[in-house]
Amino acid sequence: MTDTPIRIVLAKIGFDGHDRGLRMVARILRDAGCEVIYLGLRQTTENVVAVVEQEDADAVGLSMHNAQHLTLAPKMVESLRSAGLDVPVILGGVVPDQDIAALMESGVAVILGPGTSAEDVVRSVREAVTSRS
Amino acid sequence: MKRDSQTPVELFDAAITGQRHAIGRLLSLVEQGGEAADAVSALTHEKSGDAMVIGITGPPGSGKSSLLSQLLKVIVAAGFRPAVIAVDPSSPLTGGAILGDRVRIDATDTATFIRSIATRGHSGGLALAVPGAVRVLDAVGFNPVIIETVGVGQVEVDVTASADTTIVVANPGTGDAVQANKAGLLEVADIFVVNKSDLPGSNDARRDLELMLDLSHMTGQEDSTGRRPPIIMANSLEGSGAAELWSAIVEHGEHLVATNQIDTRRAKRQLAELRSRVSDALLDALDNELASEQGADVVAALSDRRITPSEASSQIIDRVIRID
Ligand SMILES: Nc1nc2c(ncn2[C@@H]2O[C@H](COP(=O)(O)OP(=O)(O)O)[C@@H](O)[C@H]2O)c(=O)[nH]1
Ligand SMILES: [Mg+2]
Repeated sequence: MTDTPIRIVLAKIGFDGHDRGLRMVARILRDAGCEVIYLGLRQTTENVVAVVEQEDADAVGLSMHNAQHLTLAPKMVESLRSAGLDVPVILGGVVPDQDIAALMESGVAVILGPGTSAEDVVRSVREAVTSRS
Repeated sequence: MKRDSQTPVELFDAAITGQRHAIGRLLSLVEQGGEAADAVSALTHEKSGDAMVIGITGPPGSGKSSLLSQLLKVIVAAGFRPAVIAVDPSSPLTGGAILGDRVRIDATDTATFIRSIATRGHSGGLALAVPGAVRVLDAVGFNPVIIETVGVGQVEVDVTASADTTIVVANPGTGDAVQANKAGLLEVADIFVVNKSDLPGSNDARRDLELMLDLSHMTGQEDSTGRRPPIIMANSLEGSGAAELWSAIVEHGEHLVATNQIDTRRAKRQLAELRSRVSDALLDALDNELASEQGADVVAALSDRRITPSEASSQIIDRVIRID
């Protein structure tokens, strides 16, 4: 029996924009051997929680390109926690420097800014998942 | 890596009360294969057999998942609790996969349950994982259980074709009817759907399928009862055709019961699973034998032409299936 691949849910919460960045991350993670459960745009935190349960996912990757990350990312962390799911939340997108401390404080596992290399994306996901188990 | 604080028995107890993460965990154990999967099968085997099993297959991008998202609404409105197993291929190079079948489906609806499964390289795994996953979903009370696969790989086709009702999806303007014929999908279809009927050429696609069915009628390849698979036109962006599809599924289920075919189909499914299981075990034993010192001796004797190929194979077979 081989090692079970990391299963990660990728979603964009809220109503804005495109999912080009998220698609790119999906390909990077697939090429690193992960199973990516791709949800794409316009997701709610409730939906992501339900998907993590059904898919028994190891991590959640959220893409944010709006100003809502300060409310939505902590809400995602809290929703998972209150559903009893010990799953790291990895945040990608443009996050202003002054918000990083608050987000990490709220329980976000990793923040991947624009221009993060493929290797760093993969390494961060692996570390976030293994540090939980 | 995975937290296995709960035993399969505890997970199953939680799963039958509707706890979704417990169901998700059981499905992971099934996917893992080996003893973990066997433990789950031992718990679910007796409690399963109630659910209607539906397979949906067709080329990538033909709109199977879109059709499914529309069909689920109809099924839930009819008072059922459907579950879906959506199978997508793993990359043969990296083992990774992008599983995008559930994009259009609301996961918070507690009447439905959806699980994405990657083929994970060795195709034999899928042939065991899917029936195992069907048993879990059936045993915890979902009905129907729907399997979506891409109609290319042989194992994928087999897995879908072993459903109670198999739906084959085709598109206009792509020569899908001819492709389906080549891929052996025509013989396994109980219902055809021409999806994307909003696109030009949908009537031609329908006529192509009719023609193929006429041919199979003339060559006697049709269902022994003479039933002809219906062809349903669907636009899954809007949802048209989904209600007709559900009626056709229900009708086919009744046909299976009325003609005493349901038990034969299910027995065939059990047989296929048993066959994969035994052949997997025998292949493992064969590989072990060939890797052993005695195995290497046989191979060496064969290479040196001291024994014939048939002698070599008899010696290996005797060792693989020896009873000790
Ligand atoms: N025009 C049209 N496009 C459709 C229809 N059904 C699905 N699609 C599109 O076809 C593409 C593939 O759909 P998907 O359901 O993912 O296909 P699958 O790979 O067979 O599961 C998507 O872009 C859908 O929006 C339809 O009835 N008409
Ligand atoms: Mg699909």
